[in-house]
Amino acid sequence: MTSTATLPRRRLQLSDLARLSSVGLRTRKLRAGLCALGIAIGVASIVAVLGLSASSEAGLLNEINLLGTNLLTVSNGQSFTGGTAELPTTAPAMIGRISGVQQVQTTGTVSGANAYRNPYIPSGNTNALAVQAASLDLLPVVATSVAQGRYLNAASAQEPVAVLGAAAAQRLGIVRIYPGERIWVGGQWFYVAGILRPAVLVSAIDSSVLVGYPAAEKYLGFDAHPSTIYLRARNDRVNAVDDLLAATANPENPSGVNVSQPSSALVAQADAKSALNGLFLGLGAVALLVGAVGVANIMIISVLERRSEIGLRRALGATRGDIRTQFLSEAVLLGLLGGAVGVALGAASTAVYAYTKGWATVIPTEAWAGGFAASVIIGAVAGLMPALRAARLSPTQALWAV
Amino acid sequence: MTYTPVLDVDDVTKSYPGEPPVRALRGVTLAIGQGELVGIVGPSGSGKTTLLQLMGTLDRPTSGRVRITGLDVATMADDDVAYLRATRIGFIFQQFFLNEHATVLDNVADGLLYAGIPLRQRRQRAIDALELVGLGERRGARPTQLSGGQRQRVAIARALVGQPAIVLADEPTGNLDQATGQSILALIDQLHQAGSTIVVITHDHAIAERMTRKVEILDGHIVADTGPAAGTDLRLRPLEAS
Repeated sequence: MTSTATLPRRRLQLSDLARLSSVGLRTRKLRAGLCALGIAIGVASIVAVLGLSASSEAGLLNEINLLGTNLLTVSNGQSFTGGTAELPTTAPAMIGRISGVQQVQTTGTVSGANAYRNPYIPSGNTNALAVQAASLDLLPVVATSVAQGRYLNAASAQEPVAVLGAAAAQRLGIVRIYPGERIWVGGQWFYVAGILRPAVLVSAIDSSVLVGYPAAEKYLGFDAHPSTIYLRARNDRVNAVDDLLAATANPENPSGVNVSQPSSALVAQADAKSALNGLFLGLGAVALLVGAVGVANIMIISVLERRSEIGLRRALGATRGDIRTQFLSEAVLLGLLGGAVGVALGAASTAVYAYTKGWATVIPTEAWAGGFAASVIIGAVAGLMPALRAARLSPTQALWAV
Repeated sequence: MTYTPVLDVDDVTKSYPGEPPVRALRGVTLAIGQGELVGIVGPSGSGKTTLLQLMGTLDRPTSGRVRITGLDVATMADDDVAYLRATRIGFIFQQFFLNEHATVLDNVADGLLYAGIPLRQRRQRAIDALELVGLGERRGARPTQLSGGQRQRVAIARALVGQPAIVLADEPTGNLDQATGQSILALIDQLHQAGSTIVVITHDHAIAERMTRKVEILDGHIVADTGPAAGTDLRLRPLEAS
C-alpha cells in the first residue's frame, strides 16, 4: 500500500514563534544586550539629531509666533532716477482702509539730523543712530514695549522729547532715565522720556532715536513724509493685504515701494538646517551599519553554537521554513530591541536638552518611526544569511556530526 | 487483514559521496509491525546509524523505498516529511538533546511544538507523558538539576508525548552507567508492554538480546533477523486522527 500523501500543512503559532525567537535573547542576555547596543547607539544619535533640530526650530518658531507673523512693513524704495521715492503722506490712511488691516503706524527718517550724547561730541561720531519721527501707537505694532520711562504721547510729541531704542540707549551710554536727562539732536537738546526693549521683529527701531512727528517738523525741519509704515493685518488676510500694499501706498509709483514681512525672514532662518546635522546623521548611519554587522556576526555564531538544537527541532518535525523563521525573527527581535532602546535614549536626550533651553520637546514622527523601521530592517537583513544557513543545515549533520 | 508494517524499508541503499563513494547501506529490507520492540545491533561503521536516519526520515535513501505507516517518503515534499516526523515518529538520542533553559515540562511539550497543537494542550499531554516515565514530580525542574537517567527519561517522554507510530532510539543507554542503563531498558520494555512500537539501535548484543526481536547488521547488510516474536499482532491498527 503506497499513497502519495498530502498531509495537513501547519504553521507555528505566533505565540510559539515569539517564544522561540526570544530563546537566544533570554539565554544569552549580555551578548544580546551588547549586540543591540550597536544599533541602539545609531538609532539614538539619529533620533537625537533630528529631535534637537526640530525642537530648536519649534522653539524659535514659537518665539516668532508670540511676536506675531502678521506684521507687514512698507518702506520707501528707489525712484527711476535712483533717488528716494518718498511715500505720500496719505499712504498710512489709505492702507488703513484695506480690508483686514488692523493697525497702521509709521516712522519717518529725519534726514540730516543726528543724535549725540552732548554738543561736544565730534559730528562724525553718529553711532550709526537714526533719528526718526514715530507715530504714537508704534510700540504694540512692532512688538516691543518701554523698558524704562514712558513713550511719546500727544503732548510730548509736540516738544523736544525723544525715546531711545534699546541699542541707541546703549550706544549713547544711557542706562537709566532720570529727570532732566537729555541728548543733543539736530543741534538742540531733546529730553529723554524713555528707553525701549529690543524689537526682535524690527531691529531698525533698536538703533533709532524716536521723536514725535510735530516735534520733528518744528525743531528738525522734517518733511512729514513717512519712510516706513508698520501694519498688522488679520492673520487670514496677511497675503491678500500684502498684495495690495504697494499699489495702495503709492498709487503713482508702486514699484518705488518695498513691502516685506519681517517674521518670514526669521522663519527662513529657523528652517535653515545646521550643516552639522548632516555630519551627525552620517555618524549615526555608520553606527547603525556597524550594529548591523554585529547582529549578523552574533547570529552566525549563534547558528554554529546551536547546531544540535537545530537538528533536534528538525527531528521533532520543524520544517526548513520553521528554522529559517525562528532565526530570522530572532535577528529582527535583536534589531527591534536596539531600536527601542535607541529611540528611548534619543528622545530622552532631546527632552533633557530641550528642557534646559526652555523649548518644547519635538521628536519628529519620521525620526522615531524611521528609527524603529531602520532597526527592524537592519535586523532582518543582517539575520537573513545566518537564518538561511541554519535552514540549510541537514538534520543528520546537525545531530550526528561531532 | 493483510500484514501492513508500521515501518517498511524496502531494498534501501545509501551512498555518501567520496572517492570512492562510501556505501553505508547495501540493500536493506526490513519491515517492523505495530507493537514490536526491535533491537538493531551492529558494530560501529556497520550502517546502523544510517539506517536509523533513513527510518526516521532525517535523510533520504540513494535507492529503495522507506514507508512510514504506509506513506512513501520518496513521494513526499520536505515539509510533509517534517510533518510526518512531528506526528508519527519519536526520537530518543544518546546525548538526550534537552534544552537546559526550559523546564522539564516544556522540554517534553516541545515534542508537540511542530504538530500544530496549542501550548495548553501540549503541556497537558506533557504532564501525562512525564507520569508515564515516572517523572511527574519533576516537571518544574531544569534538565541541569536532573541525573543522567532522569534526563533520558525526559527525552523518552518527549519522544512519546505525540503518541507516535514508532519510536527510534539511538544508543539510549550509551551515556549512562550500567545500573541506570538497565532502568532505562526496563522503562523501554514497559512502554513496549503498553503498546508502543520501539526500535533500539545499539552496538551492544546484550541489549539487543533483551528486545523481542533482534536484527543484526554488518557492512550495510542485515545478516540476521530473529523475526517478529511469536504471538505478536503485526497488523497496522488504524491511526488516531492526528
